Amino acid sequence: MAQSREKRKLKQHIIEEWTGKVFTSLCIVLLVVTIFSLVYFVATKGFSSFIKDGISLGEIFGGIKWKPEGEPPLFGALPFIIGSFSTSILAAVIAAPLSISAALFMVEIMPKLGRKYLQPAIELLAGIPSVVYGFVGLSVIVPFYRDIFPGQGLGIAAGASVLSIMILPTMTSIATDALAALPPGLKEGSYALGATRWQTLARTVIPTTLPALMTGVVLGMARAFGEALAVQMVIGNAPHIPKSLFESASTLTSAITLSMGNTVMGSVQNNVLWTLALILMLMTFIFVFIVRFLERRANR
Amino acid sequence: MQNIELSTKDLSVFYGEKQAVKEISLDFASRQVTALIGPSGCGKSTFLRSLNRMNDLIGGARITGEIWIGDDNINDPKTDVVLLRQKIGMVWQRPNPFHKSIYENIAFGPRYHGIRDKKKLDQIVEESLIKAALWEETKDRLNRSALSLSGGQQQRLCIARSIAVSPSIILMDEPASALDPISSAKIEELISELKREFSIIIVTHNMHQAARVSEKTAFFLMGEVVEYDDTSKLFTNPSDKRTDDYISGRFG
Repeated sequence: MAQSREKRKLKQHIIEEWTGKVFTSLCIVLLVVTIFSLVYFVATKGFSSFIKDGISLGEIFGGIKWKPEGEPPLFGALPFIIGSFSTSILAAVIAAPLSISAALFMVEIMPKLGRKYLQPAIELLAGIPSVVYGFVGLSVIVPFYRDIFPGQGLGIAAGASVLSIMILPTMTSIATDALAALPPGLKEGSYALGATRWQTLARTVIPTTLPALMTGVVLGMARAFGEALAVQMVIGNAPHIPKSLFESASTLTSAITLSMGNTVMGSVQNNVLWTLALILMLMTFIFVFIVRFLERRANR
Repeated sequence: MQNIELSTKDLSVFYGEKQAVKEISLDFASRQVTALIGPSGCGKSTFLRSLNRMNDLIGGARITGEIWIGDDNINDPKTDVVLLRQKIGMVWQRPNPFHKSIYENIAFGPRYHGIRDKKKLDQIVEESLIKAALWEETKDRLNRSALSLSGGQQQRLCIARSIAVSPSIILMDEPASALDPISSAKIEELISELKREFSIIIVTHNMHQAARVSEKTAFFLMGEVVEYDDTSKLFTNPSDKRTDDYISGRFG
């Protein structure tokens, strides 16, 4: 009697184990298939402008004129590439010191207040939809720049300002985690040698956690690089290389969102947009590789 | 009679409502090893950490009473703790080298205190490593990461690091308890060397270690000092029944 109950139990456990295994495997297969088909789709579409339409790599990466409807059509994507890099790098440059300082405050200076109120408040910023950021940027930041600097106020400076606020929560929470994960005893070791708090932070805490802090910066930059809507609202969308930060410009993302609806699937104009998407995707991969590299260095 | 390096008078430490250390008055002789023994949670580590004001770093800790070094009461709020900690070095249970080269670990403290001259720093690094019995093993790889050293070597590096700022007192919180027996023996040997130059106060769980390295021993129990005497006397002929029970292994 007891033996048969044990047998039944065993069978039940095997079924449980099997169901779990199958279900989780299916999920992961679905995920991997989705990712690979996405990459494949974007890549084939993106490459077709080179292969099918015969546009040279030099024209896309080196050309500074973007006139897809012109005669002959010109597909120089350099203004977008420059626009994307300058906005996201500038955004990271603005946001990195702010977020690292904020994280230092929350972890080292006022840990109680930081953990309880400040961190949730900053994480709340991450949940605000990007259209709201764009709208605020358009109605506050753009007029502000217009009043102070020559030009319309639209441009890379406005885009970078909006982006820097958007990526602040990501960077701050990664920096906070990095600082909180400082190996125990290091800070005490520094204090015990007669270091002041400033010396301890500058020479022990920050150098030790630097790779992890940089991970946050790169992830923030990746997010800024891929953001479309908020940037498109404040950057002006002129397809040329601006001479100043306050002159209308474009990014890869804003060019795609702006023109995608106006092109016919399979046409040259459409294929070139896919090429821009491919460049975006490859850049994101590079950011991920950088993050991986930094993480490995941090764990060494 | 030996010189008194440091003495406490009615020193108490509170964590919130709880009193972890109860009005302890002890004198520590200079250039001697004093061991603090007692069961876990008896307040000996807390007591040790208040001597260089490390308890200041813990929110909610309150320290009352006096700690005298010469004519200075260092428990006075006006004391510059940064200067104080140069006079009193500290070594922990787990070695905590900085994630830098061996050289940089030692040069770290002196740099804080304004020594920039490369020759002077080189000299300090060499002397500190020699004193910590680590020079022979590391002189060819001073630029390697400190994390590449073994646990015992790391601990000696941490001792060298605290020597480098030339303190007069070194506090050690179970410095050998995370190490293997051979490394542990090396640390003990080192402590016996160091006492020629420094006054050492060591917290240890290992009673044999206390008996081997120290001149004087204080037995802590529930935040109080039950007995404080010459090590030889305390371990062979304790005057308190509780000390006798503890050292003969009846509790703790």
